Amino acid sequence: MTEPTRQAVMGPDGLEALRQALVRRGRTVVGPTVRDDAIVLAELTSASELPFGWGVEVEAGRYRLRRRSDRMAFAHSAGPQSWKKYLHPERVRQWTADRGPDGTLTVREEVDRPPAYAFLGVRPCDLSAIAVQDRVLVGGPHRDEAYRRRRTGAFLVVVECVEPGATCFCVSMGTGPAVHGGHDLALTEVDDERGHRFWVRAGSEAGAEVLAELPVRPADPTTVARAEEAVTRAAGRMGRTMPPVDLRDLMRDTLEAERWNDVAARCLTCGNCTMVCPTCYCTTTEDVTDLTGEHAERWRRWDVCYDLDFTHMHGGTVRRSGLSRYRQWLTHKIGTWHDQFGSSGCVGCGRCIVWCPVAIDITEEAHALHAEASGRDAEGAGAS
Amino acid sequence: MTTSAGFLTGLTEPQRGQLLALAETVRFPSGARIFDEGELAERFWIAEEGSVALDVHVPGQSPPIVETLGPGDLVGWSWLFPPYRWHLGARTLSPVTARQFDAAAVRDRCARDPDFGHALTCAVGSVIGRRLRGARARLLDLYGPPRGGGR
Amino acid sequence: MNVPQPYQVVGRDRETADTVTLTLEPVGDPLPAFRPGQFAMVYAFPRGEVPLSLSGTTPSGTGLTHTVRAVGPVTSALAGLRPGHHVGVRGPFGTPWDLAAARGGDLLLVAGGVGLAPLRPLLLRALDEPRDHRGVALVVGARTPADLLYRDQCDTWAQRAPVAVTVDRPEPGWTGNVGVVTTLLDRVPYQPRNTTAYLCGPEVMMRATARDLVHRGVPASRVFLSLERTMRCGTGHCGQCQLGPLLLCRDGPVVAWDRAEALLAVREL
Repeated sequence: MTEPTRQAVMGPDGLEALRQALVRRGRTVVGPTVRDDAIVLAELTSASELPFGWGVEVEAGRYRLRRRSDRMAFAHSAGPQSWKKYLHPERVRQWTADRGPDGTLTVREEVDRPPAYAFLGVRPCDLSAIAVQDRVLVGGPHRDEAYRRRRTGAFLVVVECVEPGATCFCVSMGTGPAVHGGHDLALTEVDDERGHRFWVRAGSEAGAEVLAELPVRPADPTTVARAEEAVTRAAGRMGRTMPPVDLRDLMRDTLEAERWNDVAARCLTCGNCTMVCPTCYCTTTEDVTDLTGEHAERWRRWDVCYDLDFTHMHGGTVRRSGLSRYRQWLTHKIGTWHDQFGSSGCVGCGRCIVWCPVAIDITEEAHALHAEASGRDAEGAGAS
Repeated sequence: MTTSAGFLTGLTEPQRGQLLALAETVRFPSGARIFDEGELAERFWIAEEGSVALDVHVPGQSPPIVETLGPGDLVGWSWLFPPYRWHLGARTLSPVTARQFDAAAVRDRCARDPDFGHALTCAVGSVIGRRLRGARARLLDLYGPPRGGGR
Repeated sequence: MNVPQPYQVVGRDRETADTVTLTLEPVGDPLPAFRPGQFAMVYAFPRGEVPLSLSGTTPSGTGLTHTVRAVGPVTSALAGLRPGHHVGVRGPFGTPWDLAAARGGDLLLVAGGVGLAPLRPLLLRALDEPRDHRGVALVVGARTPADLLYRDQCDTWAQRAPVAVTVDRPEPGWTGNVGVVTTLLDRVPYQPRNTTAYLCGPEVMMRATARDLVHRGVPASRVFLSLERTMRCGTGHCGQCQLGPLLLCRDGPVVAWDRAEALLAVREL
């Protein structure tokens, strides 16, 4: 027996071989594809559906596809969706309840059989986002079973980032652009005079098994060097940064800052940022009944902390002002998340900046709060 | 092991002695009226035992109780501020033992000794503040059904 | 498994015009034991669930009592249940009252309105284990005499411990105290520095009481409050019950004043 191959190089045809190897294992393979003028996530029936030659232009409140001059399949930053769509679905039935003729109550837990997923093209920031949701939903004393069933055994193919977007700040959040474990396979894409190819590494036994079935050649030093250089270069091309301070302390100490009035005057409290955020997990419940009244179902659905019904008490809603609702979102995301779950809730993907209809920028707000807390004028500091 | 020192805790030990030197102990039977709304406030009391109700005269009703006072509590503050007339009535709900003070004598002492006067005024002010906070809290009807409902 | 377990209503006591106490026994296996201060998610078929603090246990050891005030569709459905009816129960959830903090010292329980319910099992336990502490005292504020919970039991408790009751609005015939609950903090015996206080009631009432107690010398770390925010899951997953860094279903509902004070001071946190 020889040691299984842990790293190799494969051509773009390897992606379809990879997809087929995963399908052979009974997996539903999901990856990025172009649809409706965006790169979205969908089940892939062929690797050719990946966004070869597509890039994106992003800015606060702006997202545009653009053609690239090369054949790169993963040279795009985060799209409007994230993997939580599959792991933490928008609506889940949690139980059904029936009342018998004698009044007895029978409650049955919903144990669905979700597909065995393989995610092809997870960005390192999004891999961190999955780890964040792991801590929230299955890392505590109680486990969210619907999430666990989807997450357990999901096969993760990470593609390192070589083309960060203008709204990316994974370096500030320590989540990318390189991968640091938690994957089954890691790919780094290179397209140069020597051809379009991928440096592939196995991060798990399951990954090594799959790698063994792929049309690969030994990893050559040039490809490895080019790949590593590309990721290093990407780290230096982040479009955004967070202030270089402890964000948890910053959020805790600026709850009464003036800046909240400024952002509240712009925020529409639409909740888009929560929908596109790969870690936002909050939910509410709905109890529905059939016409007989003897059968009831409990559904759980995504909720939005910008909704007035979110966090209420007997007698009314707690966060009546838009200010307090935006503050809740931001302070939770990068501040109190640490207290609750031991890490930041932000992975630096930039989605909330891109998909905000009024171009509110989480990094700009954090810098402004930092500037206010430091007693400096934000514009003066920026101009220096 | 009671913490009850009530009104007198607002004064220093010597000031307390000076004030109590002006007091005489009195006893009221249960149901006695101590004072009535509109009368001149010529005396005041610090309750030692028993319970005193502050009430309001409403025609056709037994007087509704606004607040009850107990051991350590100051009974009456209108004696310190012009026009020195009671705003409410007071009656005992049980046999009551109290220290009784002559208001004019205490006011006179305050006038002659500004330090004492300041301390006593602050102590009475703090009692009025507590009663105002209590009245406001009760206006909120905190224990009532939640406005806006619940689940 | 985190779905409601069927429990049967075996007792129903009307407390006030809008509040009843339900005694529940498990139909199948009982849930793990609840500790005073913890809460259950109680499911009224088919309307939905509400978080309800434990208001007592039963001699069987497996039963639960919950005191519920009808303020909405689910609580009204629960308040309308009769013996024999079934409910679903999940739990136990949340932090219990920290009784160990009071060992050797005085216990002071301060209740406002239906806030007496979550304190009741703590009081009963403290009365049953008198050697663990120096003394127990109970202070209760209610809207009117008719809104007092557990009136008969209050009389029994008063024979075993100092109990002081006050109402906001007296009714004819009421011979007790009239005024806010904080006026009673000088009416019962306790040594502030050696006291552990347990507060349950409207947040405004608990804030005022906590401040008064700390002013009297009770350590802020030994003033415990039971806080309320919406709860949907009880398991720390829905995010609804956040109070700054706290998830009240997990880090609460019982929170010490030294932690809660700054959080409750921020508007709309």
